[in-house]
Amino acid sequence: MAIFELPGWTALAPAVLLAATALALFVIDSISPTTTNRGLLAGTATAGSLAALGVAVWFVLAGVGTPTIDGGRGVIDVLGNQFVVDQLALFFMIVITVVTALVTVASYDYMEGHAYQAEYYSLVLLAATGMATMAAANSLVTIFIALELSSLPSYALVAILKDNRGSVEGGMKYFLIGALSSAIFLYGISLVYGATGHLQLETIADVIGNGDANDYGGLLGLGILMLIGGFAYKTASVPFHFWAPEAYEGAPAPISAFLSSASKAAGFVIAFRVFTEAFPVARTASVIGVDWTVAFIVLAVVTMTLGNFAAATQENVKRMLAYSSIGHAGYALIGLAGISADGGALVMGAAMMHLLVYGFMNTGAFLFVALAEYWGVGRTFEDYNGLARQAPVACFALGICLFSLAGIPPLGGFWSKYFLYTSALDAGLLVVAAALVVNSALSLYYYSRLIKAVWIEDPVVERDSLSQPIGLYAALVVAAVMTVALLPMFGPVADTAVNAATAVLT
Amino acid sequence: MMIEALIAVALLGALVTFVAPNRIAGKLAFAISLIPTALALWLFSAFDGSGNALLGGELAFSSSVEWIQFGDYTISWFVGLDGISMPLVVMTTILVTLAIVSSWTPIDERESQFYGLLLFIEANLIGVFAALDFFVWFIFWEAVLIPMYLLIGIWGGPRRKYAAIKFFVYTNVASLVMFGAFIALVLGLGDGVTSFALPEIADAMVNDGGVQTALFGVDPGTLTAIVFVAMFLGFAVKVPVVPFHTWLPDAHVEAPTPASVLLAGVLLKMGTYALLRFNFTMFPEQVAAYAVPIAAIAVISVIYGALLALAQTDLKRIVAYSSVSSMGYVILGLIAYTEFGVSGATFQMVSHGLISGLMFMAVGVIYNVTHTRMVTDMSGLADRMPVAAGVLVAGAFGYMGLPLMSGFYGEFTIFFGAFGSELLAYSQVFTALAMFGIVIVAGYLLFALQRTVFGPYHLETDYEVGRAALHDIAPMFVLLGLIILLGVAPELIFEMMKDAVTPILETGGGL
Repeated sequence: MAIFELPGWTALAPAVLLAATALALFVIDSISPTTTNRGLLAGTATAGSLAALGVAVWFVLAGVGTPTIDGGRGVIDVLGNQFVVDQLALFFMIVITVVTALVTVASYDYMEGHAYQAEYYSLVLLAATGMATMAAANSLVTIFIALELSSLPSYALVAILKDNRGSVEGGMKYFLIGALSSAIFLYGISLVYGATGHLQLETIADVIGNGDANDYGGLLGLGILMLIGGFAYKTASVPFHFWAPEAYEGAPAPISAFLSSASKAAGFVIAFRVFTEAFPVARTASVIGVDWTVAFIVLAVVTMTLGNFAAATQENVKRMLAYSSIGHAGYALIGLAGISADGGALVMGAAMMHLLVYGFMNTGAFLFVALAEYWGVGRTFEDYNGLARQAPVACFALGICLFSLAGIPPLGGFWSKYFLYTSALDAGLLVVAAALVVNSALSLYYYSRLIKAVWIEDPVVERDSLSQPIGLYAALVVAAVMTVALLPMFGPVADTAVNAATAVLT
Repeated sequence: MMIEALIAVALLGALVTFVAPNRIAGKLAFAISLIPTALALWLFSAFDGSGNALLGGELAFSSSVEWIQFGDYTISWFVGLDGISMPLVVMTTILVTLAIVSSWTPIDERESQFYGLLLFIEANLIGVFAALDFFVWFIFWEAVLIPMYLLIGIWGGPRRKYAAIKFFVYTNVASLVMFGAFIALVLGLGDGVTSFALPEIADAMVNDGGVQTALFGVDPGTLTAIVFVAMFLGFAVKVPVVPFHTWLPDAHVEAPTPASVLLAGVLLKMGTYALLRFNFTMFPEQVAAYAVPIAAIAVISVIYGALLALAQTDLKRIVAYSSVSSMGYVILGLIAYTEFGVSGATFQMVSHGLISGLMFMAVGVIYNVTHTRMVTDMSGLADRMPVAAGVLVAGAFGYMGLPLMSGFYGEFTIFFGAFGSELLAYSQVFTALAMFGIVIVAGYLLFALQRTVFGPYHLETDYEVGRAALHDIAPMFVLLGLIILLGVAPELIFEMMKDAVTPILETGGGL
């Protein structure tokens, strides 16, 4: 097929397309800087992310990145193995581009009347480029660059509502903690480099495996710990989670959706790749003297418990979703906690599925908040009371997303949580599995509170009829429909995720 | 594909109704609901299954498609009907259609959402009875909760929010317990089981010696016992039996009439159906071991439920508590583990579904015109609304087990089967005690009728009592007709039930 005659970097086409779209948006804006064509800008951004999505899906279907022994076309190395396009990379590129497309569609209405239209969309696309690159990055340097490429636009996006104090404050907090954790991450990279002499992930593993790093066990261990700090920041996990509620609350709601779904997924893909490729559990443990999965077991349990308990006490809907997003990071961390066991690929595959489903259901929930902000109904649960009378379709979509987040069958969230639960049990992580069930049950309390508010409670104040912004509605409905439509497709999705995890684990 | 069509029509109908304008939603939902009813009746007439779905019987209208493969286990879309589930599916479709008609008068806000949820609940109820893969079954089982929660929470009475959340929490926690237990069971069955298909699991439990590997340090015998008890408790909340019944009166009293009809008519049967499918089919040894405590729970439910009903002054509460009592008979029939006991229990599920539906409708109609349900507020209603009063009296007699009505046949077969049970120690004592329940049932029903329907006309509220509308009365006559039909010709469904029940008893030691 034609694809093999092309240079290797074309395998990064999804990321390249996103970058090209970002540049195209700048060009469009520079042609006529004084006028703003919202439709054109949003349309270009959406078309670019959909094109990237289409290419990524096509790659998966065509077997790009699937090992040749499994009948695929083989994993593709790019730029001297600095990047790698395998099933893991493609799976996460799909998650990221899907969320990007939903967010750009929703932003068409949400950003109406805003001064920096072109800048907004190109920043979103640049951040998405960084995230897609993170999915494929295969060395600590490229990982760091990709991480910064996704982080810097994100800071600006959070603070883009310049007249809004919450937005600026959130952006500031996000930036400060981001800078701190970047420094920690970078220092961790330098320690790992010092201990092993390499930055490329497989060669790090080789050095650890052949015993050359044995004298630097402490250094390496400290380096790994700092890397974990960097991932924790990007995925909004304990101990670097506290930027999340502020940033999500202050940011424009579509950006909150973008950060909590796509950015989190991107953080997880580098964590998955680094810890499976560079630091194989058993060999690393013999060097540094500790099994690093222990750190993730603790982090997973603490993160999901903290996120859910904090979410249960919130009065502000957006903050509740922010804390719930921390809780879900805890669920996905199970993927790393259980990686050393026999069924490690299953645990990691389940975590990947959860991130995919989460990409739809969480984006949907945040987009409903975006819709509520667009209507200007207020921020607390009480302000949302009785919305279903005026906007039943949007509230129906919200209900689907929330019940899915809570893990109620038959929605997507139930399946990914169920797979996390059984695979964690299989891997012998009884405590983690129990924490997952207890937290899920608890989460139903605060999710159903929102459902109760919109569907059952009577409005506190009389509202005029609400408009139906087409972009926000479309994105919200698509997110909800996909949460349901994933069901018949869950077979192939589960296969892809588990195969991808198996491929990087062996 | 016929079952899929049945579910799909109801689901699509729900979507269409949901977006339809409020003023036509009721008629539209009625028209749509006729399709599943007609389909189900046609399936009933073309039913060609035999034996028990879980124990190697011939399934009717079955289909199976592999869905998700995760680790060692396969999850499939697997549905099919046997003699136990077929009548329940027919009953569900009929009750939903009638419930829709009975909503025309009382529901006057957010109609399209209301009727959409009714059709959505129908799709899931059919799914619960037809699913033969644990996951498919569990999905439908859980999905029933959400629309019912909303039906009670949005259109219910003054304490609707409390009642809705209580219903949701009780049944959801029960589901969680049951789900966890069942997953532990499947893991404990080890390599012999590679899917969640219920027939495969039943086969492993009944024919291959059940759980043989220890799980998390719990030895196989204890694990099986824990799973049996946990699942029994999980389903017992749904049935409900004493002492897990406290959500029921709240939910019933607050729920709008059509939701009560479905709640009593079908949702409670989900509990007994699941008990029969899981506990009483897969765990014959545990059934024998725990026969006496289960029978005690059944008898206590019968007597205590009836006594509670006797103490109520709210007509709807009386009918609600009477369900606790009636479901106690079903449990007694199941635990008897005899051909007549278990078949009778299955028959009683259908019979009680029809009769309690009728009673709730009758109470609903009375409330529509009088705006009160308090026994003390009214008397002599037969004077002003003879037809509705007549139907109420007829329904009450069905409840009491008047011969030639379905209630008689159900209860008689249960008592007959329970009396001769060899599995259950002291079965004669238990049966005698349960039969005494009939006396209390007759007592509270006659007492309530005497005060409300007969005597001189009197009404505390200021409403002018006119005749109930035809579309309020017609569904009740349909139900009454069905009750009498099943009372006169029980073999219409009893034969297929007996055919499906017999294999359970054979594997349980040929009792």
